[in-house]
Amino acid sequence: MQFFAGTEISPSLPAATASGNNGHMMYVFNRDGICLLYREWNRPLHTLNAQQDHKLMFGLLFSLKSLTAKMDPTSVEKGNLGVPQLPGQGCSFHSFRTNTYKLSFMESPSGIKLILITHPRTGDLRESLKYIYNLYVEYVVKNPPYTPRTPISNFLCMCELFNTALDQYVRSIS
Amino acid sequence: MPPVGPRSGDAIFANIERVNAELFTLTYGAIVRQLLTDLEEVEEVNKQLDQMGYNIGIRLIDEFLAKSNVSRCVDFKETAEVIAKVGFKMFLGVTASVTNWDADGTCCSIVLEDNPLVDFVELPDTCQGLYYCNILSGVVRGALEMVSMKTEISWIRDMLRGDDAFELQVKLLKQVPEEYPYKDDE
Repeated sequence: MQFFAGTEISPSLPAATASGNNGHMMYVFNRDGICLLYREWNRPLHTLNAQQDHKLMFGLLFSLKSLTAKMDPTSVEKGNLGVPQLPGQGCSFHSFRTNTYKLSFMESPSGIKLILITHPRTGDLRESLKYIYNLYVEYVVKNPPYTPRTPISNFLCMCELFNTALDQYVRSIS
Repeated sequence: MPPVGPRSGDAIFANIERVNAELFTLTYGAIVRQLLTDLEEVEEVNKQLDQMGYNIGIRLIDEFLAKSNVSRCVDFKETAEVIAKVGFKMFLGVTASVTNWDADGTCCSIVLEDNPLVDFVELPDTCQGLYYCNILSGVVRGALEMVSMKTEISWIRDMLRGDDAFELQVKLLKQVPEEYPYKDDE
């Protein structure tokens, strides 16, 4: 089975088991569209190269956010679709589900977007995503060798602890 | 049944670690003293402190958002309140207040009655013109830039220069909305 490593060298990823590991993939983007992290635990189908895959994902979420905000029936504003939004405006979507997977999304006001793709019967992952954001803060943001706005890679900034903690946590999400 | 992860991050990150206040003050003092020795020019030191603060601010914002769980602020007024009441409290242990709003709501002052950075500090005559706490202005500027606000920050009152409190003027220059970062032809 081929694994995408994205922009980081991935150490031996645990083999996905049917019962143990429900997480399929994880992306972390910052506000400029740079993919800070891409982890893959279980992804049988590869269609695009890594760069295009990241851009597609980012573009999808950017548009979805914009669309869901504009379609909000409770909001009083009638902006045009495609107009960039100021922070603080608009509602934010948090997940969508298909028959084969569920995509959960969280965006912090600083523009860090966390995307976790899991099996479709997963419950609400908002708390889990918040926990992962905390992990990001503790192990990456506070890590002096890590340069902000660059991908999280073991080579440059020794974020091994983050990767391990993340793997462990995702495995424990039911 | 597969094990369930903790419902929130609080289980592990609940105890915000605190550091001894004197250690903090003395460490900051050592930094400023070293900068003065290395750079000699007071203006250079001010700029360097601001830059250091900026680098801290761009990281601090994520920690602040993660720990305090505040959602996006609707306008600049709310932002300033959150910085003063939650931010300063969380990181420095002091509560600041927000005053002097101008007519459009884009400029305000954050007033600190108490400031742990300046305990035991007196500025000698050779350092007039030094903004000892300039790191704070950099921190606020860096943090706000990461939430799409470009600001200009300056000191209005400084206790080390004889005033009765620290007053930081925060002026919102513009809000930078999120734009699609990729060019269409790529």
